[in-house]
Amino acid sequence: MTDLLYSEEEEALRSAVRDLLTDHCDAASVITRTESDAPHDLSLWKSLADGMGLAGLLVPEDKGGQGATHREVAVVLEELGRAVAPVPYLTSAVVATEALLACDADDLLVELASGRRIGALAVALNVAPGGSFKTVRLEDGFLYGELTGVADAAVADVLLVPGEDGGLYAVDASEVTVTPQVALDLTRPLATVSFDGARARLVGDGGPAVRRALRAGAGLLASEQLGLSDWTLTETVRYLKERKQFNRPVGGFQALKHRLAQLWLEVVNLRAAARNAADALATGEDTDVAVAVAQAYAARVAVHAAEEAVQLHGGLGMTWEHPVHLYLKRAKADSIAYGTAGAHRAELAELVDLQAP
Amino acid sequence: MTDAAELKRRTAELLAAYPPATTDRLDFLQARFDAGLAWVHYPEGLGGLGVPRSLQAVVDAELADSGAPDNDPRRIGIGLGMAAPTILQYGTEEQKQRFLRPLWVGEEVWCQLFSEPGAGSDLAALGTRAVREGEDWVVNGQKVWTSSAHLARWAILIARTDPEVPKHAGITYFLCDMTDPGVEVRPLRQITGEAEFNEVFLTNVRIPDSRRLGEVGNGWRVAQTTLNNERVAIGGMRLPREGGMIGPVSKTWRERPELRTPDLHQRLLGLWVESEVARLTAERLRQQLVAGQPGYEGSGMKLSFARLNQEISGLEVELRGEEGLLYDDWTMRRPELVDFTGRDAGYRYLRSKGNSIEGGTSEVLLNIVAERVLGLPAEPRTDKDVAWKDLAR
Repeated sequence: MTDLLYSEEEEALRSAVRDLLTDHCDAASVITRTESDAPHDLSLWKSLADGMGLAGLLVPEDKGGQGATHREVAVVLEELGRAVAPVPYLTSAVVATEALLACDADDLLVELASGRRIGALAVALNVAPGGSFKTVRLEDGFLYGELTGVADAAVADVLLVPGEDGGLYAVDASEVTVTPQVALDLTRPLATVSFDGARARLVGDGGPAVRRALRAGAGLLASEQLGLSDWTLTETVRYLKERKQFNRPVGGFQALKHRLAQLWLEVVNLRAAARNAADALATGEDTDVAVAVAQAYAARVAVHAAEEAVQLHGGLGMTWEHPVHLYLKRAKADSIAYGTAGAHRAELAELVDLQAP
Repeated sequence: MTDAAELKRRTAELLAAYPPATTDRLDFLQARFDAGLAWVHYPEGLGGLGVPRSLQAVVDAELADSGAPDNDPRRIGIGLGMAAPTILQYGTEEQKQRFLRPLWVGEEVWCQLFSEPGAGSDLAALGTRAVREGEDWVVNGQKVWTSSAHLARWAILIARTDPEVPKHAGITYFLCDMTDPGVEVRPLRQITGEAEFNEVFLTNVRIPDSRRLGEVGNGWRVAQTTLNNERVAIGGMRLPREGGMIGPVSKTWRERPELRTPDLHQRLLGLWVESEVARLTAERLRQQLVAGQPGYEGSGMKLSFARLNQEISGLEVELRGEEGLLYDDWTMRRPELVDFTGRDAGYRYLRSKGNSIEGGTSEVLLNIVAERVLGLPAEPRTDKDVAWKDLAR
């Protein structure tokens, strides 16, 4: 049976990541950074990837990684979600890494695992596992075209690009033009990537690599959503115990208590679904169903938690200064990332034989 | 130190001395109780061995393969889940020796005389009176929503022994003999047409002081043990995928393509996902209990299952179209066991309405989560320092 708990080692990993984020990723500086020239925090990325060795958790030890599993990655993502940390962890250490694990490019895998280089899969963030995605043209071995909605492309050193011939190509960032898009989620920047005769190297078969990468991304995104939800619930409860109106703490009003209790229940449920997806990705058992269930459930919870946090913070929740808007924007963008709940429900309909009319 | 290997050895010994195939059911259950293999976390001499509760699984697994009879836990759920842990914690040695063995083997069924017409969510406001007369207490009042009362030999009862003090302070806990001539049990017919519950009228029922559980006036605290165990019991189940209310409707969907519509499909998939997630949450809670990390999640499980049971059964009535307009049978019946997924969709729809009321309403459970789990302030109270006799009613 699936292990839905956290091991002692996983809890130790959580504490280490949380300590680092407490010291180096406070809300005020994340807000300031969103409007700076460097929306990604590469110094924090270096501490996580190089300092703690977390970029290579999914990569086997003989390929320069840590040989850990999706369970540990999920714990890291919970913490990154709690802090809405602007680092390319999900995109590079999970999605690009999973794509390379399906290919024959050990040199790139070693580089991504070490954290010295950042990778990005050049597929729009909204594409679901098994969904269709745009490709680029090939002429005499060079790539031409434009791909949009690529998360964290601005800091990627290498892009993994699906070609029209079905191949997956590794392209050095110096070969392409990356233009930032104005994204709803300020902490996971998106960009357009333009190819105008980019030199490229074929690393593998695009279809299976992209599918595998997006499935891992979708399954582990649930843990990031869990972290987001957990932070917004905890912070809202804390605030409502403190905030007084009508000569009482606002958190003592039953109308609000019931909403928070309901939210707590949803977060508890999401924890079980997210652990189940992480464990299923690690063991390879029942993975498609576990990922689809987690993603069909997680978005509603994360968005609900963030929306309640905004509402229950009152006017404060509408300010740029208070960090809750970062969580709302991330939660809403996450509800589209790697497939909407509806896309995952449609996948489940096939997987568990509840066919459409 | 009794470990898993020792428990296996003792179970094997029991099976050798009392082969299930040739032993009378009750004899076997009594022998199992006497061997300490009934509930291993109970003390020695009271059906257990004083070992961690998680080791019960070892005994159950050994017995499951042997054809041994069980004590039909669903029939005696109130005794096992509520009366027994309370008697264990608060009972005198004599009470434990007298009651626990017949309770566990199922010779004596128990029921619970707590709720009253005027004391539902506010249970502590109960008005059934117990007045001391010599060595006895004389009890008068009315209880309601009593499942199994018509089958029960004994009841756990809370009654007011002091109306002059605030409501929580004037309650005492008793073990009531359901065969006493002053006990009258009447069926209470429900919206399903059947009478699974009862009203119980208590008229000059005499309870000897030796059947008082805990101190006079301490009944509210004793009752907390009973109610906390009820919630543990509700949270501890293990279900396969599609094991609950979602099972029958999924089956109908697969077998009856002519009933499918796009709207019902989206709603069914949404509820299927929620059911699977609730199942995983229940499983995670179980794993936490086994690992000795009890969580608060149990308080939430009943909320989830109540809502899901209601929504899913409602969807199934709608899915059935013309058949959904029919009902299998309104005949007044007295079922011995409650089966939430038994009978037709219409029955399931109506019966599940009780899931958010029985064992603590969903509204009260949300308060409990908000106050005990999230630590939010309690509502301002106007009843704490008022004598029970002066409360508004």
